[in-house]
Amino acid sequence: MVNPNIQGKKYPRTAPYVVGREKVREFARAVMAGQEALDLELAHQNGHSDLVAPPTFPVVVQEQSLALVINDPEAQLDFSRVVHGEQRFVYQRPIVAGDVLTSELSVAGIKTLAGNHMVTFETEIYDAANQLVCTAISTLVVRGE
Amino acid sequence: MQLSDLQVGQVVAEKTYEITRDSLVRYAGASGDFNPIHYRDDVAVSVGLPGVLAHGMLTMGLSVQPVVEWIGDSAKIVDYGVRFTKPVVVPKDSPAEISVVATIAAIDSESNKARVDLSSSFDGQTVLGKAQVWVQF
Repeated sequence: MVNPNIQGKKYPRTAPYVVGREKVREFARAVMAGQEALDLELAHQNGHSDLVAPPTFPVVVQEQSLALVINDPEAQLDFSRVVHGEQRFVYQRPIVAGDVLTSELSVAGIKTLAGNHMVTFETEIYDAANQLVCTAISTLVVRGE
Repeated sequence: MQLSDLQVGQVVAEKTYEITRDSLVRYAGASGDFNPIHYRDDVAVSVGLPGVLAHGMLTMGLSVQPVVEWIGDSAKIVDYGVRFTKPVVVPKDSPAEISVVATIAAIDSESNKARVDLSSSFDGQTVLGKAQVWVQF
C-alpha cells in the first residue's frame, strides 16, 4: 500500500522543465482546447509574452515530482493499486511558454478510509526566479489488498 | 464582460466532447501518462476494471475548456479543482460522450472573482464532483 511514516516528507526539487510552445499546443489539442489556446497573436493581445498553458498543464510538472515518490523505496507506494481521487491547481500566475519550472513535492496527509489509503501530495511549482507559480494538490487512493 | 454582468445560477457555457481511443493515445503522449489501462483492454480487465478508461486528467482538462472559451484567456483561471467520482469507459470502436455545463455558483465582488461550477456527465451520470473553477475578472 503506502508507508504512513512518509507523512510530512519533502522530496527534493526536480530538474528544470522548460515549457515549450509546441508542447503547450500539443497539450492544448489533447485536452480539446479551442483555437484560441493555440493562437500566439491572441496571447500577445491578451498581454502574455507567449502561449498560456491550459489550466491542467502543471500535471506534467507534478508528474516529475510524483516519480520521485514512486521510486522511493521508503514510500512503498504500489502504483498498480492507485486511483486518482482528487486534483486541484492553485495559480499565483499563469504558466506561459518559455517558463523554466521546477517542483517540490511534500506529503501533506495520509488517511485510511474503508481499508484504502488516501494520500495527499502538495507540489509547489516555481519559476526560474524561484517565485511560486502554482500549487498542485493531488489525492491518490491506494486500494487495499 | 464584467463580473457585474453575471448572476448566480447563470449557465455560461455548455459543450459536448467525444472521447475515442485516439483521444486517449493523444492525451497519453501529451501528458506523459502511459498507464496501459488507458489503451489496452487486456491490462484494464486484468486489474478489475470494466474496460479501457479515459485518464481522469483528460476529463478534468477538457471539462474546463468551455470556461476557457467563454472568458477567452485561460490566464484568468486562478483555481481549479475536481473530485473524480466515476470512471469514463471508452469503447474500442465508438466514442464516449462527455457533456459539460458551466454555471456561475458564487460571485466575490471584493476580490473580483467568480466561481464557476462544472457539471460533467457521461452516460447520464456525473463523472466529476465538486468541480469548481475560480475566474479572476
